[in-house]
Amino acid sequence: MHFGLNDDQQLLQATLREYAAKELLPARRREIFEAGRAFDPGLWQSAADVGVTGLVIPQRYGGAGLELLDLALAFEVLGEAAMPGPFLGHALAALALLCGGSAAQRERWLPRLASGDALGSVALCELEGGWGPETWGVREADGRLHGAKQHVEHAERADLLVVGVAGGGLVLVEGGAEGVSTASIDGIDRMRNLSRVEFVGTPAEPLPGGVEAARRVRDAGCVLLAADAFGAAWKLIRLTVEYSLTREQFGTPIAQFQSVKHQLANLAADTEPTRGLFWYAAHAFDHLPAEAEHAAAVAKAHVTDRAVQVGRGAVELHGGIGFTWECDVQFWVRRCMFDRAWLGLPREHLARVADLGGW
Amino acid sequence: MDLSFGAEYEAFRDEVKLFVSEAWPRGADAVCDRAVQLAFVVAAVERGYLYRSIPKKYGGSEQEFDSLRESIIVEEFDRAAVPWRLGNQGVGQLVPTLLEVGDEWQRERFIRPTLRGEYVWCQGYSEPGAGSDLAALRSSARLEGDEWVINGHKIWTSDAEDANFMFGMFRTEREASKHAGISYLLLEMDQPGVDVRPLRQINGATHFHEVFFDDARTPADWVVGGRGQGWRVARVNLKHERNLGSGQAMRRRFHQLLDLAQSARIDGRPASRDPVMRERLAELECLVRCVETTSLRQLSAVAHGEEADIGLPLLVAKLYGSEVMDRIAGLAYDLIGADGLLAPTDSGWADLQSGAGEIDWVDQYLFVLAMRIAGGSSNIQRNLIGERGLGLPRDLRATDVAR
Repeated sequence: MHFGLNDDQQLLQATLREYAAKELLPARRREIFEAGRAFDPGLWQSAADVGVTGLVIPQRYGGAGLELLDLALAFEVLGEAAMPGPFLGHALAALALLCGGSAAQRERWLPRLASGDALGSVALCELEGGWGPETWGVREADGRLHGAKQHVEHAERADLLVVGVAGGGLVLVEGGAEGVSTASIDGIDRMRNLSRVEFVGTPAEPLPGGVEAARRVRDAGCVLLAADAFGAAWKLIRLTVEYSLTREQFGTPIAQFQSVKHQLANLAADTEPTRGLFWYAAHAFDHLPAEAEHAAAVAKAHVTDRAVQVGRGAVELHGGIGFTWECDVQFWVRRCMFDRAWLGLPREHLARVADLGGW
Repeated sequence: MDLSFGAEYEAFRDEVKLFVSEAWPRGADAVCDRAVQLAFVVAAVERGYLYRSIPKKYGGSEQEFDSLRESIIVEEFDRAAVPWRLGNQGVGQLVPTLLEVGDEWQRERFIRPTLRGEYVWCQGYSEPGAGSDLAALRSSARLEGDEWVINGHKIWTSDAEDANFMFGMFRTEREASKHAGISYLLLEMDQPGVDVRPLRQINGATHFHEVFFDDARTPADWVVGGRGQGWRVARVNLKHERNLGSGQAMRRRFHQLLDLAQSARIDGRPASRDPVMRERLAELECLVRCVETTSLRQLSAVAHGEEADIGLPLLVAKLYGSEVMDRIAGLAYDLIGADGLLAPTDSGWADLQSGAGEIDWVDQYLFVLAMRIAGGSSNIQRNLIGERGLGLPRDLRATDVAR
């Protein structure tokens, strides 16, 4: 029995932290944030070089052949770094192929996704706001797609889009295919660009995995968002601790004041116990199929909600400076807001927790 | 990660289950029968299931350390609602303290009868003027010949009426500074100078007491760890008060809440079908999962020698656990509706002792308030988390301000 990280997993996180510290200097992060163009070819290439793009893709396709837990641990570090770029959509597109793709589809796409040469993304959210397979309305008939999606990560650049369709299945659409138009959205997290995508008679190829694969993709998305938000939440706590030790008022660092100390303690006490939620959910995805959906819904609903509250507390503790555009705290505040809203609000996942619990 | 215990441990679990089914007479009203309880404990020690870290010469079963086996034993004993915990103070606190810093004669004299439930102990720490600031205690002991003469007043003493003995902190060195003047003494409760008075709680029950000392006496060598070392000894003791793994208890309480939500009715249907209640229950499910997975992390870390990884989870466990228990009781209190106007019956204590019987949620709603206070109040926990967990500076003291 072991519920902790092994040496390889600790090394993976250490390697990624090193990559993030080296490749994403604070000034560069600020530049990307200001420009609002989150795709940085250099960062993407170096991420591919350390293997992030192919972490869960089997070795025969050029990936590392690791598990969702390992990918979640990577996402914890990405969240911590407020790493800009299309990591989430890319990972979910690869997972969709792994969970529901035909041998030919995998053969064709996975090697290029693993190396990062091709960029994948997923189009899930309907214009009415539904994220789940049961809400999808984009129609696929005779290999042609009609309808629209929103909040698609980095859609303009994607070489491959995995689209959720009416009936709950998934289809593949190639970048630049006939009848696809995209319009970028001014999104909350300037480190992860979103678009609206419209399909008019677009050629599309169904994934044989059907609804089951779509549900697996949702579970994986829930786990990765929870991990990302957890990393961001701890970063916010650490930033705020540092600030409270240096900011002086009434002749002493504000960390000296019990009101500040207790507020920070509450943030840590509310955050640390949620670590096991995304660990467990990731482990369940790989090894405990009967529990996977429930555990993923619990992790997504709770960790991302907690993380947003940590962000709000962090801003308050930073005082006036925390409310300014210049203060970096907002990178992580926005990241948590994205993680909480993307793939559905806590309320929706809590409803699934209740349903799956059989209450 | 691997959440299975493996074949060897599952076989061990079956063995423990079989033992429980034979040694614990199910259905009998044995919860209150001390003799049956003791017989179970003795049998469990003989099998090597209890007191595993305690040498055989003191009455333990002296087993190799194996936290997984320990967790299986506790799980299976608790699943069958066996009241195997004999007096938390004696077994949980005094015995480990004596093993660590006691004199050999003290170990030989006190440990075995304590493990057998023949000696019941109470803890004399808190005083009316020394709660969170425990070192401010004023109850004193002065050496007269070969005896300590004790005067003062202790409070929040559980089991004081049943206890044969007390271990406690007393000021013995008048000239020494606050922390250095304290000794850890043992004393007999049944003597003229000791007066025990019940303390009635917010829920009407009386499980705590005040203890008054008026020239009470105890032998000179009933001091543990040496004169003036009481503060250090008590810290050893507090370390043993920490309780690993409350996930199972939390899950049990949540299931009781779910049962209530399914039997209580809102608008003519089970409350568990009401959308607002469903969401509140699901939120609590998330919190209970946090406690459970944190317990798993602790169990795993201890089993694999990775204690360094669980410093912070352990620091926040008490604060977090008390808040989750509070929210479970709060939701239940909403679910019972107008019954919330009824006076509490004293069910929380029995439930805490044995896990058996019907739960009275009014009582529970009041009872869980104790969790925010006992064993270090929530605000003291926040100080510890801030200072030890996050590296924030110590509080300003009155003496700092005066400077």
